[in-house]
Amino acid sequence: MDLRSVLDNSFSAAVGVDAVIYALAAIGLNLQFGYTGLLNFGQVGFAAVGAYGIAVSVTYFGWSLWVGLGVGLAASVVLALLLGLPTLRLRADYLAIVTIAASEIIRLVARSVTFNDYTGGSAGLSAYADSFYDLNPYSGARYSFGPVQLSGNDLWMVTVGWGVVLALTLMLWVLMRSPWGRVLKAIREDEDAVRSLGKNAYWYKMQSLIIGGMMGAVAGFAFAIAKTSVQPDNYSTDFTFFAYAALILGGAATTWGPVVGSIIFWFLLAFTDSLLRQLVSNDKLPEAIISGTQVGQVRFMLVGIGLVLLMVFRPQGIFGNKRELALDE
Amino acid sequence: MSDTTYDTAAGAARLAAELADVPSEPGAAKPDPILVSDRMVRRFGGLTAVEVDHLEVQRGSITALIGPNGAGKTTFFNCLTGFGDPDEGEWTFDGTRLTTAPAHKFPQAGMVRTFQLTKALSKLTVIENMKLAAPDQRGENFFRALVPGIWRRQEREVEERADQLLERFKMDHMRNEFAGTLSGGQRKLLEMARALMCEPRMIMLDEPMAGVNPALTQSLLEHIKEMRADGATVLFIEHDMDVVSSISDWVVVMAEGRIIAESPPEEVGQNQAVVDAYLGAHHDAPLTIEEEEAELEEADELLEEIEEAREEEQGR
Amino acid sequence: MRKLILIVLAVLLGGSVVLGGGPAGAQTDTTEAGGGATTTTTEGRVVGVSGVILNDDEPVEGVVIVVKDASGAVVGEATTNADGEYDIPLPGPGDYSSTLDVDSLPDGVNLRNEDRATLEFTLRPGQNRPLLYPLGESDRQEVGGVEKFLQLLVEGIKFGLVIAMGAIGLSLIFGTTGLTNFSHGEMVTFGAMVAWWFNVNFGIQLIPAAVLAIIVGAAVAALYDFAFWRRLRKRGTGLIAMLVISIGMAVLFRYFFLYLFGSRTRPYADYAVQKGVDIGPISIAPKDIISIILSIAVLVAVGLVLNRTKIGKAMRAVADNKDLAASSGIDVDRVILFVWAAGGGLAALGGVLFGVTEQVSYQMGFRLLLLMFAGVTLGGLGTAYGALVGSLIVGIFVQVSTLWVPVELKNVGALVILILILLVRPQGILGQSERVG
Repeated sequence: MDLRSVLDNSFSAAVGVDAVIYALAAIGLNLQFGYTGLLNFGQVGFAAVGAYGIAVSVTYFGWSLWVGLGVGLAASVVLALLLGLPTLRLRADYLAIVTIAASEIIRLVARSVTFNDYTGGSAGLSAYADSFYDLNPYSGARYSFGPVQLSGNDLWMVTVGWGVVLALTLMLWVLMRSPWGRVLKAIREDEDAVRSLGKNAYWYKMQSLIIGGMMGAVAGFAFAIAKTSVQPDNYSTDFTFFAYAALILGGAATTWGPVVGSIIFWFLLAFTDSLLRQLVSNDKLPEAIISGTQVGQVRFMLVGIGLVLLMVFRPQGIFGNKRELALDE
Repeated sequence: MSDTTYDTAAGAARLAAELADVPSEPGAAKPDPILVSDRMVRRFGGLTAVEVDHLEVQRGSITALIGPNGAGKTTFFNCLTGFGDPDEGEWTFDGTRLTTAPAHKFPQAGMVRTFQLTKALSKLTVIENMKLAAPDQRGENFFRALVPGIWRRQEREVEERADQLLERFKMDHMRNEFAGTLSGGQRKLLEMARALMCEPRMIMLDEPMAGVNPALTQSLLEHIKEMRADGATVLFIEHDMDVVSSISDWVVVMAEGRIIAESPPEEVGQNQAVVDAYLGAHHDAPLTIEEEEAELEEADELLEEIEEAREEEQGR
Repeated sequence: MRKLILIVLAVLLGGSVVLGGGPAGAQTDTTEAGGGATTTTTEGRVVGVSGVILNDDEPVEGVVIVVKDASGAVVGEATTNADGEYDIPLPGPGDYSSTLDVDSLPDGVNLRNEDRATLEFTLRPGQNRPLLYPLGESDRQEVGGVEKFLQLLVEGIKFGLVIAMGAIGLSLIFGTTGLTNFSHGEMVTFGAMVAWWFNVNFGIQLIPAAVLAIIVGAAVAALYDFAFWRRLRKRGTGLIAMLVISIGMAVLFRYFFLYLFGSRTRPYADYAVQKGVDIGPISIAPKDIISIILSIAVLVAVGLVLNRTKIGKAMRAVADNKDLAASSGIDVDRVILFVWAAGGGLAALGGVLFGVTEQVSYQMGFRLLLLMFAGVTLGGLGTAYGALVGSLIVGIFVQVSTLWVPVELKNVGALVILILILLVRPQGILGQSERVG
C-alpha cells in the first residue's frame, strides 16, 4: 500500500491539464449558470466545436492552428445563437433540454461514418497541435516540482493553460463589477424586473450564453491540444456534468469558484481513483465487490453523489457565501 | 441637508382646473393626453378579461384605476406596460406608438412601472438595485464594461443620484443591505425609488399601497404627490377609496373588463354604475387564482409588518 | 434452410457477440454458415479476438477491425488476410468494443446489419473470442418506396409508444411538482434491468418478468419520491437546484447500473428474434404487434385513470394549482407519490419494450431520455396527452427519416426538429398559446 504515490498522483492531477480544461469549462458555466442563471447543460458541445474547430481546420483544410482557433470560436458563437434564439424567451428548463440535446447531436455527427472525411469518425483526428508545441520554450525532457512530474510539452501546455485560466478569471472579475455584470445578476434574480427597468434581458442572456460558450470552446482547445487528438466519445455529456460538479464544489457565482473547484475536484477524483486501484491491485478489496475496470465506474458514481450532496447541503459550494447564493429559491 | 419641499397642493389645484371641462363619462377626451389607448382586448381562452374602447390619461395628473376584484385592472395595466400581450389594441405614449414594442422599450420611451408583488432583486444590495435602473449606462455594453475607465465617472454620478433618491425615500440607512432583507413596505418604497431612477415621464404603480402599514401609506402618498410636482404623470391601481380620493385628480373605474365610469374623485360615489359594480361583485371572494395568490401575499406581508412593528416596540 | 436456422441460432446466442462458452456445436457450425464468423481453437494462443470475414462463403481480404478498451483508447487493430482471417491480441480481460471499418469493405459488400459495425463485448481471462460480422444482403429484402414507408411508419409508432411510456411519467411529474426529472431515463433502464434479472437469472418467462419489473419499478419510484424528493420539497429546495440534483442522481444511477451490469448490451431470454408475419405490404414480428397493442391498452388505461377516477382528477387539480388543491382537502403529497409510482411503472414497461427491440444496456434510458424530452416539449410541457402525441411524432419521425438520413444519425433529426419547434411554437403543438416564460 503506497499512500505516497496516491498523493503524488492526486497533486499531479490537481495542477495538470485536466484541471485546466475543466476550470476553463467551469468559468464559462459560472458566467452562464452562476451569474445569469442560464442552464447550459451542453457545455461539452461548445468544447467539441472548439476542439473540432482546430482539428478539422488543420487536418482537413490544411489551415494553420491559429486560424483553427478563430474557426472554433466562431463556431461556438454560431452554436450559442442557434441554441439561444429559440429558448432564451422560454422557461429555464428549455435551454437545459436543448443544450444537452445539441451536445449529443454534435457528438453523434462527429462520430458518424457519414462525416468521416471531415471528423475521422469514431477514431477522431490527430496531428494538428504541432505549431503549439513548436513554441515550447522548455527544452528539458522532464521537470519535477515536488510530487509533480511533467514532460517539457506538458509543462508548456500547463503554463499556457493556467495563464489563460487566470486571464479569463480576471476578465470575469472586472465584468461582474461593471454595470454589465449588474444586469446579468439582476436577470438571475428576476427577469421581469430587469425588463421593467428598460434593459433588454433577452439580449443580455444571449451575450452571457455566447461568452460562456466561447469559454467552453477555449476549454475544447485545451482538451484537443493537451491530448493531441480528438475522439468524439471524449465529448459526451459527462464532461458537462463534471464541469458543473467542479463549479458547484468551488462555489457558483464566486470569482475563484470554478478554478478552485476544478483543482479540488481533480485532486479528489485522482485520489479516490488511485486509492481504489491500489486497494484492488493489493487484493485489499475482493474482486467480487470491485474489479479494475469498475474503479472508473465507482469514480463516476462518486461524482453523482457529490453533486447531489453539495446541492442539497451546501449549494453555495465549500467557500461560497450563502447570502449571495443564486440557487436557494 | 435640503429636503426639497414640494408644493403638492398647487399641483392638485392646477389639475382640477385643467380637467374641469372634461365630461364624466367613459373614454372622455382630455385636453393634453400623454397616454392614449384604443380598442384594447385581452382574452384568456374563451374569457375576455379586458375590452377597453378608449382611454386617455392627462399629462401631469395622478389618475387612479379602480374597480372590484376581477375587473381586469391588472391585466389592462400589464397590457399598457408591455407585460400583457393583448390580442388587439393600439396605444401611444407621448406620441410614441408602443403597440408592438417589447417591455424593455417602455422605460426607454419614458414610462416605467412597478409590480403588485414587489420585484426587489433580493440578492443585490439596495444601492445596486437603484443603480441598475439608471438609463443609458456606458458600462452596460460588454466591450466597454471591460475597461472600467470608460464608465467609472458615469457610475459615480449614477450612485450620487441614487443616494439622493434613497435619502428622499428615507432609505439611505439601508443602502448596503441586501434587498432580500427588507420588509414588504420597504420593498414597495425601494421599487418606487428604483422606478424614479429611470427618469420617467409617466409612472405606472400597480397597487402601491397594498400590504403597507398605515404610517408608510402616508409617506407613499406624499411620494406620489411629489412625482406629480416633479412633472411626472402617475397612473395607479388601488382598492381603497379613501386613498384614491385623497390624492388622485381623476378616477377611472373598471368592471368586467370594461371602463364603466370616469370622473373626478369626489363624483365617483354618486355614479350608479360604479355602485352597482361594487355591490354586484363579491368583494370578498377572489375570482382568479392569481388574485387569490396576490391577496394571500398581501396578508402575509401585513403579518410581517405587524410582527416587525411589535419587535421594534419590544426593542425600545 | 439449415443455414438460416444457424444464423438465427448464432444471433440468438448473443445478439452482438457469440458467447465464447456457448455450445460447441453451434460454434463449429457457424464456420460453415457463410457470412458468419468462425472460432479458432484457444489452445496456446494469447487472449484476444479473432475470426474470419466471409462474403457468401468467399473470404474477404483487407477488412479493417479496430478494438478499443472501455475508456475508448485503441488497443488493437487488424486487417484480414487473403483467407479473410484476422487475429487481434488484447491486453487482458475486460470490456471492449470492436468496430469494423465499413469503408474497408469492397464495393457492393455490406454488413448484413449496418447497426452492428460496432460490437461491445467482455473478454474473460484466457479467452480468445470470435466476433460475428455477417456480410451480405440485408435480411430485410429491398422493398418499394411506399412499402418501406409503411414499414417504417409501423416501427415508428412502436418506438413512439415506447418513448411515450417514459414521456408521460416525465410530463406528469413535471406537471405536479415542477421538476424536470433528468433521472427519468434511469427509471427506464431500471425497469429493463429488473425484468432482465428475473428473466435471465431466474428463468421467469419475460411477460411475468415484465409484470414484476413494473411492480418493482413503481415501488422503487414511489420510494424515490418518499425518501428523497419529498424531503427536498419540504426543505424548500428550488426547482433549478432540484433539476441539478436530478442530474447528479442520473449520473449516480447510470454508473451504478454500469457497475452492476457491465457495458455490454444483453438480450432477454425470450423474443430476441422472431420471424416477421406479413400483413399486407409490411412484415411485422408478433412481439412488435403485442408491444403496440399492449402500449395502446396501457395508455388508454392511463387516460381513463386521469379522466375518470378520483385520484386522476386529484392529479390534474394538483397540476393546475397545488395550493388550491391542498386547501380543498386534497392530500398533495399522496397524489405526488402516486404520480411517481405511476411514472416508475410506465417507465419500467417502456424499458422492457425498448429492451425487447434494442436489448438491455446501462445507457438505454439516457438515450431515450433526450427523445422523451423532445416528445414532451413537442406536445407541450406538463400534459399527459401532449406527451403521448409528441412522443408518437418523435418516434415516427426518427424511423421514417431513415428513408433519407443515415441510420446512425436518425436521432439527430428528431433533436433538430425539437429545436425548430421551439423556435416556431414554443408552447408545443398542443399547448395553449400562452407565453411560457
